[in-house]
Amino acid sequence: MSITETQKIEELANREYKYGFVTEVEEDKLPKGLNEDIIRQLSAKKGEPEWMLEWRLKAYRYWLTMTEPQWQNVKYDKVDFQDISYYSAPKSKPKYNSLDEIDPAIRETYNKLGIPLEEQMMLAGVAVDAVFDSVSVATTFKDKLKDLGIIFCSMSEAIKEHPELIKKYLGSVVPFTDNFYASLNSAVFSDGSFVYVPKGVRCPMELSTYFRINASETGQFERTLIVADEGSYVSYLEGCTAPIRDENQLHAAVVELVALDNATIKYSTVQNWYPGDKEGKGGIYNFVTKRGLCKGINSKISWTQVETGSAITWKYPSCVLQGDNSIGEFYSVAVTNNMQQADTGTKMIHIGKNTKSTIVSKGISAGKSNNSYRGLVKINKKAENARNFSQCDSLLIGDRCGAHTFPYLEINNPTAQVEHEATTSKIGEDQIFYLNQRGIAKEDAVNLIVNGYVKEVLAELPMEFAVEAQKLLSISLEGSVG
Amino acid sequence: MLLEIKNLHASINGNEILKGIDLSVNFGEVHAIMGPNGSGKSTLASILAGKEDYEVTEGEIWYNGKNLLELAPEDRAREGVFLAFQYPVEIPGVSNTNLLKTALNEIRKYRGEEELDAIEFLSLLKEKSKLVELDQKFLSRSVNEGFSGGEKKRNEIFQMAVLNPKLAILDETDSGLDIDALRIVANGVNKLRSKDNAIVIVTHYQRLLNYIVPDFVHVLYQGKIVKSGSKELALELEEKGYDWIKNQKEEMPV
Repeated sequence: MSITETQKIEELANREYKYGFVTEVEEDKLPKGLNEDIIRQLSAKKGEPEWMLEWRLKAYRYWLTMTEPQWQNVKYDKVDFQDISYYSAPKSKPKYNSLDEIDPAIRETYNKLGIPLEEQMMLAGVAVDAVFDSVSVATTFKDKLKDLGIIFCSMSEAIKEHPELIKKYLGSVVPFTDNFYASLNSAVFSDGSFVYVPKGVRCPMELSTYFRINASETGQFERTLIVADEGSYVSYLEGCTAPIRDENQLHAAVVELVALDNATIKYSTVQNWYPGDKEGKGGIYNFVTKRGLCKGINSKISWTQVETGSAITWKYPSCVLQGDNSIGEFYSVAVTNNMQQADTGTKMIHIGKNTKSTIVSKGISAGKSNNSYRGLVKINKKAENARNFSQCDSLLIGDRCGAHTFPYLEINNPTAQVEHEATTSKIGEDQIFYLNQRGIAKEDAVNLIVNGYVKEVLAELPMEFAVEAQKLLSISLEGSVG
Repeated sequence: MLLEIKNLHASINGNEILKGIDLSVNFGEVHAIMGPNGSGKSTLASILAGKEDYEVTEGEIWYNGKNLLELAPEDRAREGVFLAFQYPVEIPGVSNTNLLKTALNEIRKYRGEEELDAIEFLSLLKEKSKLVELDQKFLSRSVNEGFSGGEKKRNEIFQMAVLNPKLAILDETDSGLDIDALRIVANGVNKLRSKDNAIVIVTHYQRLLNYIVPDFVHVLYQGKIVKSGSKELALELEEKGYDWIKNQKEEMPV
């Protein structure tokens, strides 16, 4: 390799996390620590009704009886749950009538992220429920949605305004007893988004939330609930970036989706949280429970995720295919570079008859990272004629990284048809040289190859999001070849 | 002069493959480099394109007034050096169109030219694909993936047509081609010949040279050009075989 090229690659490798910055906003914060009193304070600060507090406390008491799981293929320093502050909100929350009223520092943050709200408001229909730390500070397009009867608001607001829906559906897919981190989330969740699409309504725009972890050492416990009533359709986008922090930051969100008869929910994620530095210091722990329930007949839930960030990604967006003829899909790109670790995949639980699931997982490992796919396809006894197709590919860049595949199959009905394909490949020197010879520099060559590799998954993302995802992929892999 | 190679020595893993090559190529010329297996033909092609596996231990390569060995492979390509690979690689998921669009725009950017817009680019592709009788469906297919040997070679010449290089090096482009494909590929190359470019054909057999008639023929043997001549030299080689060169070489004083 020529000297200039080596320099260039080193330069790229040394480039700092692009979205690493902190916005100074005055914060209202609970002291560190976790106990019933903290949960009461948290609930009180949010002005929640008694039933919500009771639910949180039940979850907390249950959580106390649980131990942290150990089976995952990732290593990290244990989280000290008493060393976390469970609530942080920008001080004073006036009602905003227009974007001009929003704290300029917060708006500056969004501008740095390249997602100016005003532009998004003008551009063809992305309604944004922006989560800044734990409290929603801007919700747009509400009126248009309101006309259609669609509810799109923060979880805090939904608890107050739509208690009947929250009581009915919150915890109906991921109960507070589900797993260690989901129980914790149920006890202390700070905020999140709620979507309800009424019968027969097709949501005319992509609903979108940008998450952002900002306050120092504040664990983030988002709670998202999306309910698509009979015959409705909704597409939801979730994307995020986070500033540089030395302390590890825990993010344990819960996302629940419910699709009733003939309803479709499409949930897309582009995740770019701070992955830690090259030695693995800092970075986000992303321990998320995401599950969709295809409750009604002919319902469909589709997860698409592009995971490029976080020190540790540990999540399995899943589908419970309860309704007959329901469909579950999982399309995933998980990138790990440097010291990042990912143990991600999906679970497809077939319960109803003629249920179908598709899994396309594309792992990319570079640097010294470790990337695991873990997936469960379970066909229950009564799930006649269930179909599953799984494709799990791994791409290695360099020779110090690892890729692992852990597919689990539990088939309890002889009419099931389950297919599993897996490949592992490496970006070859000969591929890069071929592209160099066509005038394409090394970094661009890697991007081109990677984008070709993930094409099937990116094709599932809404257009604007796919472009953003491509950018993120190339940023995450900068300096990985040399 | 477009290309001037002076006393080029190169080795791989400490084994010297090229042992002092001298070659001059002017605009408008077609040179054929022939030689038996292992004589260093493909090594020479790879070094011109900038493959890192080889170490140049001695000598110089001047290309269009620039020291070629100081340029990164992508910059050589942007300066107009094109290698039609002996074994074109497959790049799954990347369409031919996407590759060529990226490549062409990189090259144009390097030269300070504006990027082509989608319509201009597609009409260029359409026009050039006719040159090698390449079906339009190949444009949207992944680069070389699932292509037959002949389709891969045709695709290389198609890429050459789109990127319009000053110096094209065809490395064993005839290998693996049946007679019809050979004619198509050769016709394509002939249409691309002009006074503004030059072509170096690396080949084992003479048959390609029936279709692409060279101005000069060089015989490479044991890392050196041992004989140069006109197109008749190729015929003589075909007739007498490489043993003729080997025997001559052995008679020569070392």
